[in-house]
Order: sequence, then C-alpha cells, then structure tokens
Amino acid sequence: MTYIDKNTPASEMTIGGNIYDAGNAREFKTGDWRSVKPVYIPEKCIQCGLCFPVCPEDAIPVGKDQKRADFNYDYCKGCGVCAKVCPFGAITMHVEGEK
Amino acid sequence: MGIRERLSGNEAAATAMKQINPDVVAAFPITPSTEIPQYFSTFVDNGMVDTEFVAVESEHSAMSACIGAEAAGARAMTATSANGLSFMWEMIYIASSMRLPIVMSLVNRAVSGPLNIHNDHSDAMGVRDAGWIMLFSETNQEAYDNLLMAHRIAENEKVLLPLMVCQDGFITSHSIENIELLEDEKVKEFVGEYHPKHYLLNKKEPIAMGPMDLQSFLFEHKYQQAEAMCNAKQVILDVAKDFEKMTGRKYGLFEEYKLEDAEIAIVCMNSTAGTTKEVVDSLREKGVKAGLLKIRVFRPFPAEEIAKALSHVKAVAVLDKADSLNGVGGALFTDVTSGMQVNGVTVPTSSYVYGIGGRDTTTKEIESVFKDLMEDSKKAKIENPYRYLGLRKE
Repeated sequence: MTYIDKNTPASEMTIGGNIYDAGNAREFKTGDWRSVKPVYIPEKCIQCGLCFPVCPEDAIPVGKDQKRADFNYDYCKGCGVCAKVCPFGAITMHVEGEK
Repeated sequence: MGIRERLSGNEAAATAMKQINPDVVAAFPITPSTEIPQYFSTFVDNGMVDTEFVAVESEHSAMSACIGAEAAGARAMTATSANGLSFMWEMIYIASSMRLPIVMSLVNRAVSGPLNIHNDHSDAMGVRDAGWIMLFSETNQEAYDNLLMAHRIAENEKVLLPLMVCQDGFITSHSIENIELLEDEKVKEFVGEYHPKHYLLNKKEPIAMGPMDLQSFLFEHKYQQAEAMCNAKQVILDVAKDFEKMTGRKYGLFEEYKLEDAEIAIVCMNSTAGTTKEVVDSLREKGVKAGLLKIRVFRPFPAEEIAKALSHVKAVAVLDKADSLNGVGGALFTDVTSGMQVNGVTVPTSSYVYGIGGRDTTTKEIESVFKDLMEDSKKAKIENPYRYLGLRKE
C-alpha cells in the first residue's frame, strides 16, 4: 500500500482518498479518542465470555484457551459497553488520567 | 446515415440510455423527468437492455444506489428534476468526491417553493458547485447527443467525474421534435465498455473507498477534483470531435450563432437559445447585427473562451432562468462577467432573470432584450445591470 501522511503532495495521493489495500483499519489507532477507561479486574472475572463479543473495536484479546486477557488500549475507545454487560463487576470505568 | 425519428426530449433521453445499455439504472419518478425511468423500465421489462433497474423509494436512495453500483465497478445512470435533485443533494457531492462517473439526465424544473412543476434552471444552478460536469441541451437532438458523449467524458482517466445532461422540462422534455438517432451498434462501439481501474468487486484488489478524510487530506482531494474539472474541457472537445466524425454533428464548449460580426449579443442556455436564434435572424434581416452565444458546457465553465468570443461586441445580455438571489444577478451572469474581467474584456453587460417557474419567454421578450442592448451599446456604463425580463410591474 502507498503510505501517505501530512507531507504527501496532492499529485501522489489517490483520488477520493481511495485505499488500494485491505485490512488497514488496524493502522488507525483509535485509543486516543478515549476519555473514560475500562479497567479489568481478573480476580472478579469468571471468563463467562459476555464482554468480548460486544466490543466494537475488538479491543478485548481472547487467547486460544478461550480466555480473555487485559484490554488492548491502542484501540479501546472507552465506550463502556463491556462494563455494562459484565454481570460480575469485573470491569470498572475510570476517567482517563485519574487513578 | 442515422435513423430519422420524432421523439420527445424524455423519449430521446430514454432512447440514449437504452442504446448505452448501462449496468444499473436507479431512479425515482418526478415531474417532468418521470417518463425517462418509465420508458426505461419498459425497455428492461421487454428485455431490450441488460440493465438492473432499481426501483428505489427516494431520490436520495437513487443516487446512493448509483454510487454503490459505480463504486462496485458498474456503469450507473439516473434521471431526476427539481426537488428530486434537491433530495439527492448530500449524495451528489459524495458521487463527485468519490470520483464516480455516474451519468444523470436532469430535466430542469423550478425548485419549490411555492410549488411549481414547470421549467426553470434553479435545480441545476443549485448544484453548480458540486463537482459535476454539466452539459446543457437546446433541443431533443442535443439531449440525445450529449448523453451519448457523456460516458466517454466522465469515465476518462483524466476526468473521473459524474456528469449531468440538462434539458428544459416540458419545453423539450414533452415536445416531439424530429431527431436523428444512431444505430444501436454504432452507439455501443462509440460509448465502449466500462473497465474501471479500481473497483470494489475486484477480488484481486480489495480496496476501501470513501474513507475518513480530515485536515491533512481533504484539501488535496478537493484540488484533485478541481484539476479533473480543468482536464474535462479538453476531453469534452476530443469526444465531440469523434462524435462529429461519426454523425456530422459538431459540438463545442458553446455555440456561436451569428456572433462573429455581432455588435450586440445574448448569452443563454437550453431551449431559449432556439427562440433567440429566431429573433437574431429577424433582426439580421433588418440590418441589426445581433448574435447569440449558447452555453453547452456550463461546468467546467469555459471562461477564457467565452471572454474571447464576446470581446468584440458592444453590449451583452446574459439570460438566467434562475435568480441567485444574491442582489447582483444570475449565476451565469456572474460567471460570464467574472470570466470577461479576468481575461481583460470590458463590455457593458447586464443580467436578465427570465422564465422563472415556466413563465413563457417568447420572441417578443427576446426582442426587447436586443432593443435594450442597442441602447446599452451607446453607453460606457450601464446603470441598472440587474434586470427581470417579462415580470409584471404595477
């Protein structure tokens, strides 16, 4: 894929902003949109599997053992849906930057 | 040597679409362009075309479906008028910024309100800055010919912009005129097949279209659209040259009718040019050197060429079938006058807003404009350049 950034001249850009490559959403880290942050509490988690299917950013990694791990903060926008669906209080939301 | 027929303007447009045989037509009926999708759906039902006809629930959806089809790699067409075009507004800009060469037949009608279904150019003038190529047609023949040339222009790699072919609602769309059609095979050969370089349904090249385009990029993409619009001018002329070779019918950026030695001239678009030609002829018989400049290509606007063509006349009237309501004059007037100014041409020029809401504009009104011009040509500066033609007063 042709790499473009804020220094690319108009003549080298694709028309209409077309991206002639697949799977490029990965390159767009949306984590810096976040104003509230989910915090994972493994001690309370029973690995019920309710949280990761509702994540719109696929920011809850799940291993081959079918168990979730800590959040991928590169992509988590802090929407809080996971905290809402967790029946066990294993995810709590905190204002970004606060302890 | 062509097929002699007699067709209405809408029939002519639908016939052109039949011969072009696009992959997708998505349209919603609205007066006075209703007949175009109506005739076309008959062609689909009778198996005369291979087109997928999408009977959408609104014009917004019609343009959206065309965008989807064109992005997928198909050739898509639509037709609309007035408020139908207004309802497409959002998608009109998306079509051009995504650089999709969709072709539309726009049958010009007054945009409400108050509610009016008759002809003026307020619909077309509303989208004049939307990044579409805009061709205007005096007659049914021109509406047909412009549509046949449309894809070759829009799909050119240096252009890749959507294109609309305008004609006057009812005045040409519902009037039957003699017309010379081309044989189906000739059209097929002239228009050619559509093979876009990049398209969504290409399994070998998965792509994303219409992504987020923030501060660092949108500016450059708009410049690319502007560049494509500039390129379109030469492409339009090249395609017209090929078309002339095939049909003998000559098209330029505009038509100069007895303009070469004219002392006074009218600039206008669409069917009113026919009325003006009639008046020019009768004035010429009386020894008055009247002429006409009929715009065919409104976007890209041939400012330099128009300025040159008008540089020798003593007074010009620009007729606008829509008011910009800017306190100055019509959109064509401001384009023509700024084109002249930038190119160093100073001719007393006035704006005439006429025919709003389908008000009939006859030879009598056009004669009165030429009469005004004879007076204006004696003055160095015109006092009242913002005029209404055929308005009831007192």
